[in-house]
Amino acid sequence: MADLTAFTSADHPVRKWRKVKDKIIESILFLAALSSVFVTIGIIYILVSESLPFFQHVSFKEFVTEKEWTPMFSEAKFGILPLVVGTFMATLIALTVAIPLGTITAAYLSEYVKPNVREMLKPILEMLAAVPSVVYGYFALLFVTPILQKFLPELGGFSVLSAGIVMGIMIIPYISSLSEDAMRSVPTHLREASAALGSSKFQTTFRVVFPSAFSGISSAYILGISRALGETMVVAIAAGMQPNLSLNPLEPASTITAYIVQVSLGDLPHGSIGFQSIYVAGLTLLIMTLIFNVLGMWIKVRFQEKE
Amino acid sequence: METIMASASDVENKLEPLSVLKSNLAVNVKQRKRSDFLFSLVGLMSLLFALITLLALFVDLAMTGVPRIDLAFFAEFPSRFASKAGILSAWVGTFAVMITTAFCAIPMGIAAGIYLEEYAPKNWLTRLIELNIINLAGVPSITFGLMALGLFVYKLQLGQSILTAGLTLGLLVLPIIIVTTREAIRTIPNSIREASYGLGATHWQTIQDHILPYSSGGILTGVIIALSRAIGETAPLVTIGALTFIAFLPSSPVSPEYPFLSFKWLMDSFTVMPIQMFNWISRPQAEFHVNAAATGVVLLLMTLIMNGIAIFIRYRFRKKMKW
Repeated sequence: MADLTAFTSADHPVRKWRKVKDKIIESILFLAALSSVFVTIGIIYILVSESLPFFQHVSFKEFVTEKEWTPMFSEAKFGILPLVVGTFMATLIALTVAIPLGTITAAYLSEYVKPNVREMLKPILEMLAAVPSVVYGYFALLFVTPILQKFLPELGGFSVLSAGIVMGIMIIPYISSLSEDAMRSVPTHLREASAALGSSKFQTTFRVVFPSAFSGISSAYILGISRALGETMVVAIAAGMQPNLSLNPLEPASTITAYIVQVSLGDLPHGSIGFQSIYVAGLTLLIMTLIFNVLGMWIKVRFQEKE
Repeated sequence: METIMASASDVENKLEPLSVLKSNLAVNVKQRKRSDFLFSLVGLMSLLFALITLLALFVDLAMTGVPRIDLAFFAEFPSRFASKAGILSAWVGTFAVMITTAFCAIPMGIAAGIYLEEYAPKNWLTRLIELNIINLAGVPSITFGLMALGLFVYKLQLGQSILTAGLTLGLLVLPIIIVTTREAIRTIPNSIREASYGLGATHWQTIQDHILPYSSGGILTGVIIALSRAIGETAPLVTIGALTFIAFLPSSPVSPEYPFLSFKWLMDSFTVMPIQMFNWISRPQAEFHVNAAATGVVLLLMTLIMNGIAIFIRYRFRKKMKW
């Protein structure tokens, strides 16, 4: 028994070693968790440091007000506006498709469908999000565009419209899945109270469940917006990669992401103005998504239902 | 009493007769039932729209692509002639990049998940890390490519290699692994931990012998989903300058001389299936589009099978685990 008491005493070598080992492991795990912060710092540092030299060549005023973006021409012009407009156009078209369809699907799955059917349908719907974006690009260019051309004969081979529509289909599952989670987490007694007052299911869904779940639904929308802003391959393939300051969705255009791909496909020397221009474009995109993410957090806090 | 009676008769006089009320109610109920029915129809239609689109995508891709797929398609390098071109360098590249990605992201993601769920104190640093992971998941993937181009390719001089690609995709899917690991660990009830401590186990022994085995199904699901996302990712790899025309394979990982294992392949240039597909779509000739469709079929099958496995594991695990 004497051995055992020695073992249970705090300064037995085995117990000491275990404590040390625990500490070592904890610090390794901590470093792994902290590394994600370094990734963010790395992204911001690289994007800013590669962009800064750009503004030694181009004034910030030209960057914001110039209406053309032609960094590869001998008469280079550096106005980010066409790319930003193209990005927002594509996003807007995508959201026009995804928000109504996603929200209605979510409400239907959450309030109307039996739970076992829902459990079967959800994974199938989520497959839409699993399809690689380059496959969606193929789909937009060689399936959706020809179909659209039957209805809109003036539509060319490349257009923001078809890229935007396919992007919208692509983000439906993001919106429907998160909105459905939000709607289902609305407590049942609210639905029962509404039903007891004589409301129909439809009224309950849109006057009780939807407003109560608004905080969660809005974060689903924001996620959809950031996905659409940052989506690359669909627009790079189907929208034509031509910077175009136009609000006509039938014309080809370029987005920030498509421009970065277009330049990366060529071979640009490190430090050239074209090389710097993709970092400036990337930084602009990062700031745009950041604004929407912050907006999303604000909405979430602002409209959170108080328990 | 009288006043009440009076007011009651007042109300009765002002209101419409009961029969009218009843028929109004009937109309109202009918309308509501109709709107209910209409909405369930609209809901079904929007759900079907999504599913039919998915089906159209599969069918269109398969009709064009499947006839093109034969053994030679997997055994040939890309070529100027569409009928001779194959995806040998692309699938080998995808395989090599995926292995690198897995080595980079899985240990780090699981370790970070364990720390945040089991060790992290409630302080500003933990909050910062958590907030950062949420934000990182929302950063466009092409931004990771720009970061990798500046950091790995130029600052660290790793070149446009398999290693750079693996690290880039590893960092990209890191948040997915961290989040799913945390979710899996969170489902384990505290009684398990307390029982383990009660028997004298240390914190790490508890994690190693109880927390990790019990959450392994959930963690595995997350890992598979993360890798299936990485397989289809194109934009960041195009950004780091992956080449689209590669007619050679990376150097072999095994060598006949000592030490038999070689890591030279990590520094080789590469192409992957999505980039090969993108390259073929971008060409104007329809024959190359057929090749693109065939590559798309292979790519789609791989991601869908991986997702299917993930869903299956999640389902089995949920059934098995009853606390």
